Amino acid sequence: MKQLEIFIAFFRSSILGYGGGPSTIPLVYKEVVDTYKWMKDEEFSEILAIGNMLPGPINTKLAGYIGYRIGGIIGMLNAIIATTLPTILLMIILLTSLSSFKDIKWVNGMKESIVPVVGVMLGVLTWQFYQSSKKGLKTPTILIHLVVGLFLIQFLHLHPAIIIGGLLIFAIFQPVKATSSNDHKTRKGSTNE
Amino acid sequence: MIYWKLFLSFLITNLLGYGGGPATIPLIQNDVVTQNHWLTQQEFHEAFAMGNALPGPIATKMAGYIGYKIGGIFGSFIAVFATVIPSLLLMILLIGLLYKNRDSIRVKRMTAYVKPTIVVLLGLLTFQSFSDSFHDIGAFQVIFIAVCTFFLMEKCKIHPAFVVLGALIYGAINL
Repeated sequence: MKQLEIFIAFFRSSILGYGGGPSTIPLVYKEVVDTYKWMKDEEFSEILAIGNMLPGPINTKLAGYIGYRIGGIIGMLNAIIATTLPTILLMIILLTSLSSFKDIKWVNGMKESIVPVVGVMLGVLTWQFYQSSKKGLKTPTILIHLVVGLFLIQFLHLHPAIIIGGLLIFAIFQPVKATSSNDHKTRKGSTNE
Repeated sequence: MIYWKLFLSFLITNLLGYGGGPATIPLIQNDVVTQNHWLTQQEFHEAFAMGNALPGPIATKMAGYIGYKIGGIFGSFIAVFATVIPSLLLMILLIGLLYKNRDSIRVKRMTAYVKPTIVVLLGLLTFQSFSDSFHDIGAFQVIFIAVCTFFLMEKCKIHPAFVVLGALIYGAINL
């Protein structure tokens, strides 16, 4: 029965959400904390924070980890399948049938009219990522990143993996400056409370 | 060996995509369209539009579809596996270590440092889709469709599925 509950919880939170994984997190929260009471609010927040420390899609990390905690390896696979499989199947069916019509005038019209919609969606996503990058960096620093990044990618044709890899190494090995002692103090302060 | 290439491609894109599934979109495009020519830019646009119209996580939908197109059902499995399992395994195995370092500045910096590069990649992708579209259907149609999309999605908060459907109907009749 537990496995059935895992399936229902993650199927429901995935099929009711749109806008990619991060925007469906409140729905996962509702199932895991409110409906099935598998964990408390704080524990869920901690798991979410830890998931965000790692790269890749957040939704499947949450589903897989929570599924694993509740139902072992089977629970993990179950939760991932419930999260991903139904919409992947829909995606394959819809796109394969769209591409099976070739050189029909109205189908080509449909394909062309979708591109500006994609442009807007990508533009909105760009803006959201720009806004959220302000949480970690100051605006002048972001602008330098943007200009240098644009130059490296667009004019030197450097593979993005090399740039991101370099940035990650820099993030790990760059010495932690004065701000770190502040951070240490506030952490000490909060543990004393 | 196509399955091995698929696996590596989706493994690397997802290990670099800090900021959740949407952050991996421009990295997937770069690998799948620019480097490997598995999909045309137009096919990528269609997949992204459909992925946004359907519910659920976007990165796995893209991986599942692209994998299927390149290597059938097994290809789809490989691409989704490479997207989901590595970072999930890291999480399950390293949860204690991650928990201890959850306030570490170095770890927090990683996501912060990567984000502007994702902004650049997404911005370039936005520019490319508009310039492709100008070339295909002309400025007037592009601006008309883009303004309607923005208004319906961002101001009226209409579900993207209906916006995509509306654009498809408009295209079938008018273009």
